[in-house]
Amino acid sequence: MFELLSFGPNGWGGQLLGGAAMTVAVSVSAFVLGLVFGSLGASAKLSRHLALTGVAEVYTTVVRGVPELLVIYLLFFGGSGAVMAVGRVFGYEGYIELNAFSIGVLAVGLISGAYSTEVIRGAVQAVPHGQIEAARACGMSRWLILRRILVPQTLRYALPGLGNVWQLTLKDTALISVTALAEIMRVSHVAAGSTRQPFLFYTTAAVLYLLLTTVSTVAFERAERYANRGVRRA
Amino acid sequence: MNWELMWDSVPTLLRGVPVTLQLVGLALLFGAGVAFAVALLRLYGNRVTERLMAAYVFVFRGTPLLVQIFLIYYGMGQFELVRSSFLWVYLREPFWCAILALTLNTGAYTSEILRGAILSVPQGQIEAARACGMSRTLLFRRIVMPVAIRQMLPAYGNEVILMVKASSLASTITLLEITGIARKIIAQSFAVFEVFIVAGSIYLLLNFLASRLIRYAEWRMTPYLRARG
Repeated sequence: MFELLSFGPNGWGGQLLGGAAMTVAVSVSAFVLGLVFGSLGASAKLSRHLALTGVAEVYTTVVRGVPELLVIYLLFFGGSGAVMAVGRVFGYEGYIELNAFSIGVLAVGLISGAYSTEVIRGAVQAVPHGQIEAARACGMSRWLILRRILVPQTLRYALPGLGNVWQLTLKDTALISVTALAEIMRVSHVAAGSTRQPFLFYTTAAVLYLLLTTVSTVAFERAERYANRGVRRA
Repeated sequence: MNWELMWDSVPTLLRGVPVTLQLVGLALLFGAGVAFAVALLRLYGNRVTERLMAAYVFVFRGTPLLVQIFLIYYGMGQFELVRSSFLWVYLREPFWCAILALTLNTGAYTSEILRGAILSVPQGQIEAARACGMSRTLLFRRIVMPVAIRQMLPAYGNEVILMVKASSLASTITLLEITGIARKIIAQSFAVFEVFIVAGSIYLLLNFLASRLIRYAEWRMTPYLRARG
């Protein structure tokens, strides 16, 4: 039974490993895209423009309140159309076809971004206001304050929350197997179907995900320790 | 945007609401039982039960729900032992497979919430109850559980919303709940945006109601916070 998992012509080991690599690639890209959406969302929520705050509020409420699968289906079935509609606004009339990878990254990134928005907003608000005032009093420009005071401390406060978002993102990528992208879940599904060993392959998938989540937990713990170096513990 | 089609899809999609509610309701009910047992075994059990329960929580929180659903729906039937047992009546039905997966999943997450809540009960209250001569079970029933449940409600609200959303995964094993029906309509009409917007709105509404319900429960259980005007 276990030769099915081996590397070689009769084994699925190579494909499963490729699937794991694809899962990591999608997760990392989606998480980074989510950080971009999250930073934009957080700054919109913290800005004084009512319209911006409103848009960010709708974004986080809707994406967090609707099943992830629905967001993925929406972009998978309607994604190219939506991108073309945006393209037409900018004067591009051609046909744009998104591949499964881009759709997956876009969908999971959108979801991840909604959660990141809240994490980053909370972290920014946790930075003591007196420090910003002090920096301003020293004559720092807004950009310098952002780079030297706000971002390093926000990162420290946001890390635990971002760790959770990362775990969610990693697990959400399993859902884009419905778009036939060859990540862990898809490879396992195909393997289970063609070998009639569903239990074996789904267990393997579970083990692979456990490995990824465990490794990332350790990585985030390390990162937190690094970010908190020199900070006295309460 | 085809408004007419959107309007027409509303009653069809609403037909999926009872299935979604059944999935969520039953999973939350059974999941609460699992969570209660797991939390107790972790906190008051011996080393073996503690390790076992920790392993269960680790596995179910560390893997995607989709894997769990597929493992139960496709994986279990592979074994002759399962197919010949009385469980097969349930395990061959996608509905009960989805319930089982959702139950085990929410059970793992909820047990952590409950464990934290039980640990957060102030030690002074427990000492006071013991000083009054309460037995262990009475103390647990009258002091620990009420305080813990009140404490866990905000976090549990998140879990309820997660379950409403997670129930959409049941559509991947042929169940026709809201998402399943939405996919069916789209396969016939190709109106992707229209149908998914309506389906998404139904989920949003369900989640809004769920969060209000939890908020109300919280309000009911914290009268001492209301007195301060």
